[in-house]
Amino acid sequence: MTSPIDIEGGGTSAVVDGAPEPETKGEGKKLEGRSPGQLMWLRFKRDRTGVICAWVVLAYFVIAALAPVISALYGKDPYTLYGQDPEYVNDNPVLDDFGLPLGYFGGVSGEHWFGVEPQFGRDVFTMLLYGMRTSLYMALGVSTLLMVTGIVIGLVGGYFGGRTDFFLGRITDFFLSFPQQLFFIAFMPVVTAFFVDPRDETPTYFRALAILIVLWLLGWMAMARLVRSTVLSLREREFVEAAKVAGASPWRIVRKEILPNVVSPILVQFTYQLPNTILTIAFLSFAGVGFVEPTPDWGRMFATGAKVAEQDPAFMFFPGVALVVFVLCFNLLGDAVRDALDPKSGR
Amino acid sequence: MKEDLVLPAPRGTAAEREREPLLEVSGLTKHFPVKGGFPIKRTVGQVQAVDGIDLSIGVAESFGLVGESGCGKSTTGRLITRLLEPTGGTISYRGRDITHARRKQLAPVRSEIQMIFQDPYSSLNPRQTVGKIISGPMEINGIDPAGGREKRVRELLEIVGLNPEHYNRFPHEFSGGQRQRIGVARALALDPKLIVADEPVSALDVSIQAQVVNLLQQVQRELGIAFLFIAHDLAVVRHFSQRVAVMYLGKIIEIGDRDSIYTRPRHPYTHALLSAVPEVTLTEGAGRNRERIRLAGDVPSPISPPSGCRFRTRCWKAQDKCATEVPPLVRIEGNREGHLTACHFPEDPTITDRGEDIVLDPALAALEETDQG
Repeated sequence: MTSPIDIEGGGTSAVVDGAPEPETKGEGKKLEGRSPGQLMWLRFKRDRTGVICAWVVLAYFVIAALAPVISALYGKDPYTLYGQDPEYVNDNPVLDDFGLPLGYFGGVSGEHWFGVEPQFGRDVFTMLLYGMRTSLYMALGVSTLLMVTGIVIGLVGGYFGGRTDFFLGRITDFFLSFPQQLFFIAFMPVVTAFFVDPRDETPTYFRALAILIVLWLLGWMAMARLVRSTVLSLREREFVEAAKVAGASPWRIVRKEILPNVVSPILVQFTYQLPNTILTIAFLSFAGVGFVEPTPDWGRMFATGAKVAEQDPAFMFFPGVALVVFVLCFNLLGDAVRDALDPKSGR
Repeated sequence: MKEDLVLPAPRGTAAEREREPLLEVSGLTKHFPVKGGFPIKRTVGQVQAVDGIDLSIGVAESFGLVGESGCGKSTTGRLITRLLEPTGGTISYRGRDITHARRKQLAPVRSEIQMIFQDPYSSLNPRQTVGKIISGPMEINGIDPAGGREKRVRELLEIVGLNPEHYNRFPHEFSGGQRQRIGVARALALDPKLIVADEPVSALDVSIQAQVVNLLQQVQRELGIAFLFIAHDLAVVRHFSQRVAVMYLGKIIEIGDRDSIYTRPRHPYTHALLSAVPEVTLTEGAGRNRERIRLAGDVPSPISPPSGCRFRTRCWKAQDKCATEVPPLVRIEGNREGHLTACHFPEDPTITDRGEDIVLDPALAALEETDQG
């Protein structure tokens, strides 16, 4: 393990012309203090689990972002019915007469790396790629929305206190009192019907928007409470009073004195929030109120997998492993971030 | 500038203002409401943290404010820097009434009244560099010193005895004493005329306390800054202040120059406070030469303070008159010029031993009884 002191000392640098230049340089550098952010980064880099998980999570995002490229190179797409399309069925059948994949382990072959879907014969590998894309992007969007809303409400409530805080607090309590899972399921059709005529087909982008709205409406409370409690304790700190004595405006105090100090809890909460949101979106699709055919989605793959679990148990394997690895790594990453930000919290 | 942003113009001519005190506080009151009740919260009481105090601080004067914990010293300091909104009374700075001035109205005065805080660990933003912390007030008030803010910050760091090269360091890299020096530098950044120092050394090590007090004294003398020095440490205040006020339960009970308060106190409470300072005698068995007073009980609740004189519940001289009449803060017979005492039955102006101990605490008295017997 490398200690940060070693890194900064930088060993003995070569003196070229006998000039004491490297030494003076080192001295000048020494007096540059390390910010709490830099210290956090140093601590994080020393946490091997955290670093590995960060790479894995990053890989997921890169793969999701590159899904069209990868599937183009691979030569398949998630919408083509390789088991029913006459173009493919005659040359290269992938399903038997019962609609189950031919071959072993759900039809794994050089052609279809992760096998094919029963009944339709769609390619699992590309479905998974695009499904990850849907889930990750949605989760990122939802988490960002939740974070921004939570920060705004928490900051306003915590900083201004009094009546404002009272009302914001009651609103937060009100939203918290909803049974979330039930309301997700109950509200999705309501929100959709509110904007789209039930007789028409709902466009996919609108389904995404509806999921976003519902998850956002029912999910911002945790962040708001966290930010509020942090701000409440920061507001009484003397450096805020010092800024007031200097004549700083409330906006400046919030921006320069309070916000930089709430970043750490927000970051930690965010890294826990994102995998949770992915699971929630998957749950919605699984329950049939999220994405529907033919949009590739993680949750929908589980729904299919559950339906055909007896005939084709292998179908569940790849999406399952992918999801477990992702959620596990993201949670471990969250732990690592928390440890790095607050070394005293312990495990 | 808009009409409503202008403070009332200072009274009198320039020469008159010279003689005027820098800061004048009269009848200053701060009551904190106590909320209670269900389901609708109502005000059920008032914590009378500061209840009608008068004081004035001259130009470049160091003024000490002492008293036990919870007597309203810090509240007074926060009222003067306008961190708290006064319930009553007036605060005037150089003849301008700033009692209820809003933030923008205060802008011209802000740079002249600064504050040094008690806890050096919470008074510096952990996310900002020292340079940013010290230049913050200049930035807020739009002050651009010659040679740039960074140069000024380096100068200030040097004034408070820190290495100017520490400009880019973060607060967590400094010790408590160094942090307090950074706090002093921040207060000096705006060239203030008055600094409210709220127990600036009580969170520090004793060895560091002396350094910081000496630094403050040096700053006060060399830069001609008036100080309101709030402390519960009598020795520190004696070292630092030219004039001293003693507070008890939200009121000033005695005020005067340093010598009057420390060697010729009149109020029984001041006597008790002074006699509680530990005494160091070099020779064994040399005997005490100071009076000895041990009070009993706690400070009464500021929610319902005693009628009349607030000290009467713990005073050994209390009589009926003390319960009915509030003693005025006046110059009583035997006091020097400017030495005011609020007491109906003042003590003799001395702190030497009078041959009789006043031990009001029954437990302590019993203990001493058995010791002697």
